[in-house]
Amino acid sequence: MTEPRTEPVRKIRTPIRLDYTMTAGEAQSRFLRQIANRKIFGQRCPECEKVYVPPRGSCPTCGIATRDEVELADQGTVTTFCIVNIPFAGAAVEVPYVCASVLLDGADITLFHLVQEVPVDEVRMGMRVEAVWVPPEERGPTLQSIKHFRPTGEPDAPYDAYKDRM
Amino acid sequence: MQDVAVVSFAQSTSFAPDPLRNEVELLLPVMNEAVERSGIPKKEIGFTVSGSCDYLAGAPFSFVSALDAVGAWPPIIESHVEMDGAWALYEAWVRLQVSDIDSALVYAFGKSSIGDTNEILTLQHDPYYVAPLWPDPVSIAALQARALLESDGYSESDLANIVARSHKSAMSNSSAQRTSETSVEQLLSAPYTVSPLREHDCPPVSDGAAAVVLATGDLARRISERPAWIAGIDHRIDSHSLGARDLTSSPSAALAARNAGANQGPVDVAELHAQFSHEELILRRAIGLDNGTAFNPSGGPLCANPIMATGLIRIGEAASRIMDGSASRAVAHASSGPCLQQNLVCVLEARDG
Repeated sequence: MTEPRTEPVRKIRTPIRLDYTMTAGEAQSRFLRQIANRKIFGQRCPECEKVYVPPRGSCPTCGIATRDEVELADQGTVTTFCIVNIPFAGAAVEVPYVCASVLLDGADITLFHLVQEVPVDEVRMGMRVEAVWVPPEERGPTLQSIKHFRPTGEPDAPYDAYKDRM
Repeated sequence: MQDVAVVSFAQSTSFAPDPLRNEVELLLPVMNEAVERSGIPKKEIGFTVSGSCDYLAGAPFSFVSALDAVGAWPPIIESHVEMDGAWALYEAWVRLQVSDIDSALVYAFGKSSIGDTNEILTLQHDPYYVAPLWPDPVSIAALQARALLESDGYSESDLANIVARSHKSAMSNSSAQRTSETSVEQLLSAPYTVSPLREHDCPPVSDGAAAVVLATGDLARRISERPAWIAGIDHRIDSHSLGARDLTSSPSAALAARNAGANQGPVDVAELHAQFSHEELILRRAIGLDNGTAFNPSGGPLCANPIMATGLIRIGEAASRIMDGSASRAVAHASSGPCLQQNLVCVLEARDG
């Protein structure tokens, strides 16, 4: 018996859905709880003394636990940035906008956030910025408690002040 | 061949769910403990390799964040297997055969509690014919248990005996999650989960991590009083198709055991990756172990089962029995896939001088 000629089977549907209950972890949970209170906490490595923010509970360079908490200013320096011109679905801000690495004063690694309240072509490396927090009733354990960063108007930080923390 | 030995082992205390710590926080103290015990400065370890699973972690490239615990700067030589850490140890053993480095760190971790392992493990089946039916791992194991009981003259009492012995042994293992002194009669009075398996015939859900440090010849002898030498190690795999296999036997475990030289001497201790009680019966026969061997003195996977680390823990536990002097020759076994599909056998021994 020969099989009738048919179209090849090109596709099958096998819907898969898995649910997880994630854990932020001890270090990140503390960071997130603090940011709901308008405070930014990093952790200092006991060995190399670098301050990590947001902290992950360990120093990825030394491979040891970081326990000492350090409260950081909500001001910092733009170490690098890009101007986003491509809109994507669900984006909360209109193009063009600036994404920047912000080195908070007292930290050794940069935090990723938006820089607004300034024309995009005026954003530059070394620009001093400060956090703009959302109103208290909107704050929660999320980086969205910071709406964006904006220029402070201070003189730019010299390149040497952040060149090792890009 | 380059002589390679296990020189230290550390593991977390298994429990679940661990609501506070993420995988990195679970792993970090365990890894540092193993490295510290080895006496090798962390920065001098020649090769680092890990075993974990993104499906278990619910995140892509989840092993990359685990490197936060390693201290990977200046850049280290590092690798990862999407498998139990026992296979990471196999890769480390192969890497050490090149002989340009003399030590390796192997680690594994998993938080089984964050997802539903009954669903996650289903996805390891054939994606066209089997996985869409969502056969959970307990039901699949029960198929094998039934086939074994019906064909080989074993009874549910044999399963209960294994459980009773495992729970009792686990009482002296501070990392174990399940411990008890329960009689076979009590165990047999429990209801079935999926007949012929009861809850105690199945592994607990465990969050945990483990780490092993390997060292070669002279370094191992210098830093360890009694290294656990790897006399042989091999891994083999059977067909993924359950219907194509005789589920009452494990040809891949038998072949791996033969190639690793499991029967070239008496076996004092065997740590078997038997996640379900009946699997121990199949493995004993496949590997060729008799009653002169102490089976799973740690309590085994029935008492702590941090998936992805469970196999590596078998090697660590067997090596620990060599290192503490309570055994001279040990067999460690690790398994992966449904119904003991893939099997690794590692023979460990003490050597004079």
